[in-house]
Amino acid sequence: MSEPTGKNSSQAKPSPGDRVSAGDAVGGRRAFGAEVLALVCGGLATLTPVAAGLWMFLDPLRKRSAAAEFLPVAQASSIPADGVPRQFPVVADRLDAWTGFASEPIGAVYLCRQKVSGPEQGSGEVQAFSATCPHAGCFVEIDPVEKCFRCPCHNSKFTFDGSMVAPSPSPRAMDALECRIEKNGDVVVKWENFYTGIAGKVPRL
Amino acid sequence: MSTIHQQKNSDSVQCKPGLLGQLANFFDDRTGYRALVHETLYERVPGGARWRYVWGSTLVFAFMTQLITGLVLWSSYSAGAQSAWESVYFIQHEMAGGWLLRGIHHVMAQAMVVLLALHLMQVVIDGAYRAPREVNFWLGLVLMMLVLGMALTGYLLPWDQKGYWSTRVATNLAGLVPVLGPSIQQVVVGGSDYGHHTLTRFFALHAGFLPATLVLMLVVHLSLFRKHGLCARQPIVRADGMFWPDQVLKDAVACLAVMAVVLGVILMPALVAMLEGRPIVLGELGAELAAPADPSLPYAAARPEWYFLFLFQFLKVFEGWGASGEFLGAIVVPGLVMGAMFLMPIIGRWNLGHRFNIVFTLSLMAGIGLLTALALNEDYCSLWMDKASLAEADALYRQTEGDSKKVAEALGGDQAKIAAMQKKFATLAAFRHSQSFLAAVAEAEVAGVRAIELASRPERIPPSGALELFRSDAKSQGPRLFAQKCASCHSHVDPALPQATEQMAKSSAANLFGFGSAAWVRGLLDPLQVDGPGYFGNTAHKDGDMVNFVKNDLADRDTWKLNDIEAVIAAMNAEAGLPDQSFTEGTAALIEPGRSLIADTQRCGSCHTFRDNGTEFGSAPDITGWGSREWLIGLITDPTHERFYGDTNDRMPRFGQTEKEGQIEIIVDWLRGEWYRPRATKQAVAVQSSP
Repeated sequence: MSEPTGKNSSQAKPSPGDRVSAGDAVGGRRAFGAEVLALVCGGLATLTPVAAGLWMFLDPLRKRSAAAEFLPVAQASSIPADGVPRQFPVVADRLDAWTGFASEPIGAVYLCRQKVSGPEQGSGEVQAFSATCPHAGCFVEIDPVEKCFRCPCHNSKFTFDGSMVAPSPSPRAMDALECRIEKNGDVVVKWENFYTGIAGKVPRL
Repeated sequence: MSTIHQQKNSDSVQCKPGLLGQLANFFDDRTGYRALVHETLYERVPGGARWRYVWGSTLVFAFMTQLITGLVLWSSYSAGAQSAWESVYFIQHEMAGGWLLRGIHHVMAQAMVVLLALHLMQVVIDGAYRAPREVNFWLGLVLMMLVLGMALTGYLLPWDQKGYWSTRVATNLAGLVPVLGPSIQQVVVGGSDYGHHTLTRFFALHAGFLPATLVLMLVVHLSLFRKHGLCARQPIVRADGMFWPDQVLKDAVACLAVMAVVLGVILMPALVAMLEGRPIVLGELGAELAAPADPSLPYAAARPEWYFLFLFQFLKVFEGWGASGEFLGAIVVPGLVMGAMFLMPIIGRWNLGHRFNIVFTLSLMAGIGLLTALALNEDYCSLWMDKASLAEADALYRQTEGDSKKVAEALGGDQAKIAAMQKKFATLAAFRHSQSFLAAVAEAEVAGVRAIELASRPERIPPSGALELFRSDAKSQGPRLFAQKCASCHSHVDPALPQATEQMAKSSAANLFGFGSAAWVRGLLDPLQVDGPGYFGNTAHKDGDMVNFVKNDLADRDTWKLNDIEAVIAAMNAEAGLPDQSFTEGTAALIEPGRSLIADTQRCGSCHTFRDNGTEFGSAPDITGWGSREWLIGLITDPTHERFYGDTNDRMPRFGQTEKEGQIEIIVDWLRGEWYRPRATKQAVAVQSSP
């Protein structure tokens, strides 16, 4: 740096327009090297905590939701025979980060029987729907007056067989869940979550 | 400056700017950022850039690092008595890179304290506190206290034994401040006792109040620094330099070096493990996590972080002065020292005063160093002390129990010898203190490892928290409970060990080591052992029916073939059903015949009830399910029950009446070796949990 120096220049402050006179070629190259080196060192030092921070901050991206499994939800006999759905809690062990919850309600399903009249009453096939609205994920309720499913958030309406009642903010019908009746009379449901707000029924990862 | 910069700066003036240049101009017209950047970078450094000016910059860098790592830690930390330890465990052992992030935050905090000391010394030695920089010096001192405050509050946040017990001491000391002390203590602790609000408040202090204040102060500190310019080292002999890139390069290299040291400290154990061929467990790198905080379990290994050790040691100077001593050591003297430091700019107006300041600062550092060394020596001296030289003193001390009259007698009244021996006794006491500290540290480490092992079970931590999980763990709690409740009568020592004879002789009831195992039953049925101290020897049953039976009937080879005895052993062993029990085919075949022998009313069944052999309770304990969990719980709950010893019970208390729920189960599970064992190594568990 071929700067004119004053011994008592400690208080001197170059004004923004004040240019430092150009050094000779060698000095210039040296300064350029110093600039690059300063940027590299400073960059490396600063990037270390940033990188470590990002590594941990993005940890949730590694997480996958538990694989869908069949869970017993109710006794087949407890589903009304008249075709009106009934809500049942889904109970399972749940892992929330570090806490393990044993047998906790983790959601709800609606179970209903297809209406069969006569002596066969109550033997109709069982259908299961997730209680989560496919529109925005609110909890769908039963409207006992209009005899349909209704979402309290944006008024999505579905018939008791799960199909959409137009006009509806929901992009698709209610999410039917695989289910079957076991020999011991338990109704087991394949518990799954789906992405909301889209027309397709895509299971959450 | 470089020609490059000249070109850059003149670009906008001389030629038509490109798209980027236009954009830059757009923003410059509206913000004036070029002038700002220029002012920031092109500061003149009188006398040229120097390494001694880097400390301030490294401190800013360290603080930025703490800010970045701290914010990300915040995103996964949960301040609550049942979630703080748990969330830190999760960060450290389960989240990707959590160990590294927490390690950087933890080690950089310590680096920051070192850098603070260096910065302070450089400022004092260079006289940078003199006019017009007094205010900035005072700001610096406030910043220092803020950093120390953050270090103190951060230590508690993991809510582990180490942080919990060390911080309790600190808050208790705060209570010594006159008039306001108790109120300050209560406000900081969030009540009269440690709990949820202690954590939420410490967290708010650590991540909110203190850093926000620090940032404000730092902005003023830096702008004042810029206003005054760098206080150059006198006399100036070299040409002036520029902040950019000369000083910035030195600063950047220093920051990188600090970061390298921090990473080195974190990764060193991994390197050692690699060289020794051990597997590297990432969760064990970086910052330690002790067992979860337990207010009911004092922690002898509690020490403040090393940079506060000097205060810890300083308090000992006033030992024996009572509360006023603590008040002096924790409040008055540190307050006076801080006061003297605040006065430095005034004292430093005179040349002599400046010299005094330098000497004061250096002696302060030396004093802190000395106190720290003393504290470390007290705790670790047994590591380097010559134990052999203390053997004689140790023997004499045990013999005389330290009684000065007896010591004088033993030494023949020789005053010189007595004085020398008293000195040796003092050394011996220091040695013992250090040994018990190191033992406490080792015990704490074992507890910490076990707590983490339990937390990483597939079921993870119950909603009630890790402490409850830890407290109900037979492996770690069993020995403690046994020592408290059972060891006054029962011994628990492997008979094969050399100290077994001595320990068993001291006990008044059976040795419960390996209770339920084949070896234990074999000893019971051994005529030589049954009335020994390991079984009935020290009890009222020494000459009872069982001893008589083993010594006479069982020794009769006509009625009791050796194979019969083996069958009884196998059957009893099977009754106990110990968790790590396995039978060879040959032994397994003996179980049923053994059961028949036991049930036989001509043999064991003549006194003992066994299954449905019809023998009534009263003459001897029912041995159906002998040694099983249920049987042991029943026995310990009430040994006087007719199913067990009834009227013949010898001194064993009915623990069911005195013990809290779950305690007997813990002891039983521990005796039976029934506790959680990780199936795979930690790394394997970690891999399983992230499909």
